[in-house]
Amino acid sequence: MKVEAKILLGLGLFFGLMCAVYWNWSLENAGGVMMFAAMLLGFLPGSYYYWWSRRMKQRPEDNPQATQTQGAGVVGAFPGSSIFPFVMGMGAFFVVLALVFGIWLLVPGLGLVVWALLGGTAEGRRGGQH
Amino acid sequence: MTDVLDPPVHVEPHDGGHEEHHGPTGILNWLTTTDHKVIGLSYTVTAVIMLVIGGLFAEIIRGQLATPNGTLVSLAQYNELFTMHGSVMIYLFAGPFAFGALANIIVPIQIGAPDMAFPRLNALSYWLYLTGAITMLSGFFTAGGAANFGWVGYAPLSNSLNTPGAGADLWIGGLLLTGFSAIFTGVNLVATIFYLRAPGMTMFRMPIFTWNMLVTAILILLAFPVLTAGLIMLYADRHFGTHIYSVAGGGVPVLWQHIFWFWGHPEVYILALPFFGMVTEIIAVFSRKPVFGYKGMIFATLTIAALSLGVWAHHMFTTGVVLLPFFSIMSLLIAVPTGIKMFNWIGTMWRGQIWFSTAMLMAIGFLFTFLIGGLTGIYLASPPLDFFTHDTYFVVAHFHSVVMALVLAGMAGLYYWGPKITGYLLNEKIGKAQFWFLFIGSQVFTIPLYILGLQGMPRRMAVYPHDPQWKMLNDLSTLGAVLIGLSTVLFVVNVVVSWKKYPAGDNPWDAHTLEWFTTSPPPHHNFYRLPQIRSERPTWDHNHPEHRALHHGEHEPAHENAGAKQ
Ligand code: HEM
Ligand SMILES: [Cu+2]
Repeated sequence: MKVEAKILLGLGLFFGLMCAVYWNWSLENAGGVMMFAAMLLGFLPGSYYYWWSRRMKQRPEDNPQATQTQGAGVVGAFPGSSIFPFVMGMGAFFVVLALVFGIWLLVPGLGLVVWALLGGTAEGRRGGQH
Repeated sequence: MTDVLDPPVHVEPHDGGHEEHHGPTGILNWLTTTDHKVIGLSYTVTAVIMLVIGGLFAEIIRGQLATPNGTLVSLAQYNELFTMHGSVMIYLFAGPFAFGALANIIVPIQIGAPDMAFPRLNALSYWLYLTGAITMLSGFFTAGGAANFGWVGYAPLSNSLNTPGAGADLWIGGLLLTGFSAIFTGVNLVATIFYLRAPGMTMFRMPIFTWNMLVTAILILLAFPVLTAGLIMLYADRHFGTHIYSVAGGGVPVLWQHIFWFWGHPEVYILALPFFGMVTEIIAVFSRKPVFGYKGMIFATLTIAALSLGVWAHHMFTTGVVLLPFFSIMSLLIAVPTGIKMFNWIGTMWRGQIWFSTAMLMAIGFLFTFLIGGLTGIYLASPPLDFFTHDTYFVVAHFHSVVMALVLAGMAGLYYWGPKITGYLLNEKIGKAQFWFLFIGSQVFTIPLYILGLQGMPRRMAVYPHDPQWKMLNDLSTLGAVLIGLSTVLFVVNVVVSWKKYPAGDNPWDAHTLEWFTTSPPPHHNFYRLPQIRSERPTWDHNHPEHRALHHGEHEPAHENAGAKQ
């Protein structure tokens, strides 16, 4: 986990430096703001990972000598199939079409999105189909 | 050889078995699947169809330009064609092919994971991509035609006064959908690579392709939200009466350019890094050597990614309102890590036992073509030279050298990994013919454009002055485009001719990485068993125990019967 954290922190640091140089030199705000946000995107998850990496014991994937047996067991729930991504995708499609062809398309669009959110969450609770 | 295997254990999905997977079949299976391999295959097919559509637009463009006063299409249609050619190629082919198609299939298998971290989100990514593509292309069927303001949609040309009509809005809508699709894929790739690696697969043992996809995913997360926000503001300007990009209401048109290119330049690397990863793997395998300078390669990738966020305004030199020295220096600096990569690729081939398979030829073609694109990019990074060539065919030629290199690399990837996905090899004879058409075609298409650009031929023009030399150069370029088109036909022919003909086996190339350890195609959840992972080449170590100690950077001549497979 340390390597992962350091990559993000390193990127954050670099963007921070670049932001400082650029903003002070160019006095142009759009780019300055965007680079500041990029710095945050490095620092926020990076520092969280770093904080965790010091508290947890080494994971088998970080151990160069790990054997495959150490990885045995459940790694997570992997639903084999689900209709809700498709439903959600169609919902988003209609929402976007509403931007072009008329506001009424929001009704089926948001309807499908809400259905997918509820259905997908319930399915997640059950652990999904296989 | 099972003695070097750990007991056949595998990550268990919580239903207990990965082999018996009873899902729906047929069309319902396609609609409901969350298997990264099936999703990746859908992405691959869709993206290749987009390449063909974008290619058809390109052929029409080149047909129009074959004569100075071409009448193949009207001026208005020409505007739609170059806009949609660029948009389809960048937004709907190159990106999704890079991070949706091959990465989706290969990354989880390369690190020994059963699937992507969020399989349902992964499926959603695909549906957003497909509907986004349909949305953008449907502009052609509206009264005003498709978007026609160039693939960059500059303000104020893209406002509701200059470009009214549904086509432009469908372009924006399509980009909103594909933008979210890309962001979700980015999230998924990062989570998969951080959390689902097999035991022993430390970060510095991951294959270079996976490394590049990690960096690409981070770049997606940095860049795409900016574009999406920019598009929402563009839509608001067009329909809600805001004046974010219009001088009239106190807005700043050039703000759109800042936002667009803050996404747009990293996008260049979002497109390129995955293909760099593919050729790295392919060159190593077909030179029968480890990747030369493995860590240097990773460092170069990270440096390119970091720098790529600080160069956006090299596309805006001629606006007169950007900090020229900053952007020029940063752009030139990117040449350094890119040069490192070039040397590492050549170093990997150096004294290797090179097997000139189709995939390897395509990869070498990539190196050559990308070198031309990279070197001409260095010219453009220098403001005085850019002032001279901006908006001429020199720029078109520069980025087509780059993107044609990416097409070569993508084809290399399909020939290399296709057998893993489908279980069948493609015909090598047709493949090599395809390579020569594509490679020679790319040069014949771009090199005349460099000359035309230096002579001042502007881009995005349907007609040009009568001049025998310009006509000759344009004809050459059109000939190149025809050769490229024929290469695509050969690819389709190859798929048809080789359909289920040449079974691949698990590891037809004697390759290095984990995806070649499992069956072709891999089972549901990818592995029945995993080897010990003790280096960045676990499959090679397992198949060649006598060479286990070999480390990257070593100039060991390849082992006996290396050429046996030829
Ligand atoms: C068969 C291969 C191709 C041919 C013959 C071709 C031809 C052309 C030509 C002639 C133009 C300039 C049109 C003009 O300025 O009037 C153009 C523009 C463009 N092409 Fe291609 N192209 C090909 C492949 C690609 C690929 C693979 C990509 C990206 C992955 C791509 C991306 C673009 C972009 C972004 C533009 C700029 C569009 C604009 O000005 O808004 N092209 N292409
Ligand atoms: Cu750029």
